[in-house]
Amino acid sequence: MRWGVLQFPGSCDERDALHACSLLGQARLVWHEERDLAGIDAIVVPGGFSYGDYLRAGAIARFSPAMEAVAEFAAAGGPVLGICNGFQVLCEAGLLPGALLLNESRRFTCRQLDLVPDPGVDGPKSEAEVLNSAHRPTLSIPAKHGEGRYWAPDEVLDALEANGQVAYRYARGQNPNGSARDIAGVRNEAGNVVGLMPHPEHAVDPLSGSTDGLKVFEAVAAAGAPA
Amino acid sequence: MSVGTARHRELGLTDAEFDLIVEKLGREPNDVELAMFSLLWSEHCAYKHSRKLLRRLPTEGERVVMGPGENAGAVDVGNGYAVAFKVESHNHPSAVEPFQGAATGVGGILRDVFALGARPIAILDSLRFGELDSVRSRHLLDGAVRGIGHYGNSIGVPTVGGEIYFEAPYEHNCLVNAMCVGLAKTEDMVRAAAAGVGNAVVLMGASTGRDGIGGASVLASAELGEGDEAKRPTVQIGDPFEQSKVLECCLELLGKGLLVSLQDLGAAGLTSSAGEMASAGGVGIDLDVARVPLREADMEPFEIMVSESQERMLAVVEPAKVAEVLAVCDKWQTGSAEIGVVTDSGQIRILRDGELVGEMPVEALVDGCPLYDLEPAAPEGWIYGNRRTLVEDVSAEDTLLALLASPSVASKRWAFEQYDCLVGSRTVRRPEGGDAAVLRIPEAGSAIAVSIDGNGRRVACDPYAGTVEAVLECAQNLACVGAEPLGLTNCLNFGNPEKPAPAWQLDRAVSGLAGACEALGVPVVGGNVSLYNEGPEGPIYPTPVVGMVGELPDPAATCGSAFVREGDAIGLLGPFEPTLAGSELAKLRGELAAGLAQPDVAAVAAACETVRAAVRAGRLSSAHDVSDGGLACALAESAIGAGLGARVDLQPLRERGCSPEEALFGEGSGGFLLSGDRDALEALGATYLGEVAGTTLEIAAGDRSFTVGLDALESAWRSLGERF
Repeated sequence: MRWGVLQFPGSCDERDALHACSLLGQARLVWHEERDLAGIDAIVVPGGFSYGDYLRAGAIARFSPAMEAVAEFAAAGGPVLGICNGFQVLCEAGLLPGALLLNESRRFTCRQLDLVPDPGVDGPKSEAEVLNSAHRPTLSIPAKHGEGRYWAPDEVLDALEANGQVAYRYARGQNPNGSARDIAGVRNEAGNVVGLMPHPEHAVDPLSGSTDGLKVFEAVAAAGAPA
Repeated sequence: MSVGTARHRELGLTDAEFDLIVEKLGREPNDVELAMFSLLWSEHCAYKHSRKLLRRLPTEGERVVMGPGENAGAVDVGNGYAVAFKVESHNHPSAVEPFQGAATGVGGILRDVFALGARPIAILDSLRFGELDSVRSRHLLDGAVRGIGHYGNSIGVPTVGGEIYFEAPYEHNCLVNAMCVGLAKTEDMVRAAAAGVGNAVVLMGASTGRDGIGGASVLASAELGEGDEAKRPTVQIGDPFEQSKVLECCLELLGKGLLVSLQDLGAAGLTSSAGEMASAGGVGIDLDVARVPLREADMEPFEIMVSESQERMLAVVEPAKVAEVLAVCDKWQTGSAEIGVVTDSGQIRILRDGELVGEMPVEALVDGCPLYDLEPAAPEGWIYGNRRTLVEDVSAEDTLLALLASPSVASKRWAFEQYDCLVGSRTVRRPEGGDAAVLRIPEAGSAIAVSIDGNGRRVACDPYAGTVEAVLECAQNLACVGAEPLGLTNCLNFGNPEKPAPAWQLDRAVSGLAGACEALGVPVVGGNVSLYNEGPEGPIYPTPVVGMVGELPDPAATCGSAFVREGDAIGLLGPFEPTLAGSELAKLRGELAAGLAQPDVAAVAAACETVRAAVRAGRLSSAHDVSDGGLACALAESAIGAGLGARVDLQPLRERGCSPEEALFGEGSGGFLLSGDRDALEALGATYLGEVAGTTLEIAAGDRSFTVGLDALESAWRSLGERF
């Protein structure tokens, strides 16, 4: 598996994501001006504050040359994982439904959380297998963001749930930001593009308290058809 | 006699200093020169009231790579790597505008560290505010915490630790001290000295505007008072995105060997960076202000020279490499301009489109400021107020709950959850995970631990002993996670040094710092001094903030502060002789008075060594130093962190002569609260107190014995966030 991790000016967690990917295969950074994704099997859009995020999180990054290439890559069925700012970028780019609003508390919040993976009613079988292979029902993964409140119109949320597009929910009582229906992450209809606010790349080493994050990367890799 | 107008006084220079400038120049300074002198001769830049004292500090050590005088200090961590670190204040800007003041405080200390070629890997903060029942203090705290988070989170450097105290003397003059730790390949590090006559001087990063003009002199080197609102324009505005680009750009330039030297622009902007680079290199510099990229076209030369616009760096570059340097800046979409040249004139010459607008000898500008001797005099007794907030005849149980809910003791989770403590994938011990933050350094095959401490109230009680305690507390925190101190940085926050009492506090505190560092064998590799911290009611508590970096061989062999296992024995180790003098309880009772017991530094150092070795050998379940609120609060913290209760008997302390209250709530250096196997604890020489058990804290202390539920302890300790 060859992973590509996008790097925008203002990215913060790209090296962490690169490290996590390197535990599962080969990995390299993709500079925001690159358009050529040849040889890359899966893309990670990492966390941070792309281009400063002074306008609206992810609003500028979606126009980068690399994101144009990612849109084509995703349309061809390539697996894409957006983490935190990457999730915001994917929503801004229209690759995922919904939007991320300011946390209900109006404060940045950094906290270790339990996530409940949702393989979806008829979600990709391979992903379900990966997730269900875990003995524990939840994943311990940290979240850290100021704009992570997932929002979409009710009819869209209903459709997401009906289609099995909710990928992760915050465990009961642990929703850190007021997200609708405790949604922490969603996938597109085809299942190859996944975004979530918590940071699986910060849960890949026992010394950091959890290795559950690897399951998120594995699930995404398994969900996408080779591009 | 001075023939100058009152202009120099408005800029903070005395008549005698103005006369000295005239003498050194052989003429009166023009506006550009006067502005530059006023900043570099300010307390903030020249350390004119503290430099002589600082010579007492021990600065040498086997592991020291860079000591005081550079942008930051650095110590060797092995395998060709060094850890650079420094703490700096941004007190007065934060008192005027807390969000931007704190944000740019973080920005400034980050630049100091990457100016050496070190990638910032951690931030810690030490904050002081007035009592939390004041609207102003809540406003300042909220703004400062948001500002620190805004800058640190956005630039991708984790905030891994810190401390916050609330005391009335900080009501008007809050303290915001930020510490940054960076990691560098030793061979890639650069110094700040300009060198090579004919080399180009390149300004990188943000463009220059009118923000922060006069910050170092008008704001940082004078007491706060009426009309501070009008000083808001002297506070700079931070842009962490710009800085993240400048940071990556500088590290790439240094990694490619394209820079001769590098310096950040902080207080006094171009004036101080160019002046200090020239002074350190024994050269001159010509700068053309017309080549400086500006935000506003009509800026005067003096404004350009003193602007404190953030996110700017100054580099010396060989002429043949200038084009490549500018290309790397373009790649990172950050500004760059060749604005001057290194000369052999020994002069700082300011030009505008080639026309000379100012010319000063570097030596006069940077090193010519007179250094003053203090005129210290010990005040009579306790010069600060006392306010009783705890009702009389309160039970021991309710006393403990009141202490845990006291904002200085209470959990700071509300604040630290607003900071990203994880980015960079080095954080092994997060806030409240252990007594010190632990960061792995795979590059060196090891880890470091970092702590920042300083209880101003205790320093106010006894400036010497209180400062020694601050150093010892840092060392104890490091020992609890298994780390050995490598070096120390400090920020000395004091009142007006021209007044006898603050001068005495400063003098005694520096001696205490020197004494403790000598005894522990820890070199002081850098620091910062912030004076004139006074409000209308008088000076702040004298507040030396100590930041310490230690090393531990294995990031997996460390220890948390929370209990781990039901049935573990609980023991007390170290030369702990608690008294109520200067304690949190004495404060709540309005019984503060001058005087503290003198800590036995050698005995504390020995206890640190014992704990450190036991942690590294995996013989302990938990280790926590006994600090604010005494042993009862330490027990409560270890219990709450684990969700496990404890049953202890403090009789052994009573046998040492402590009253029940002193045993429960007394404070002093040297106490370690440990848990683990009973035989292992006793083999270390720890005194057995009881065991980890149940879901209540049950403490036998003579007529002050009590039992209290964990849930009650936790809700008291977690009450800080409810105030917002």
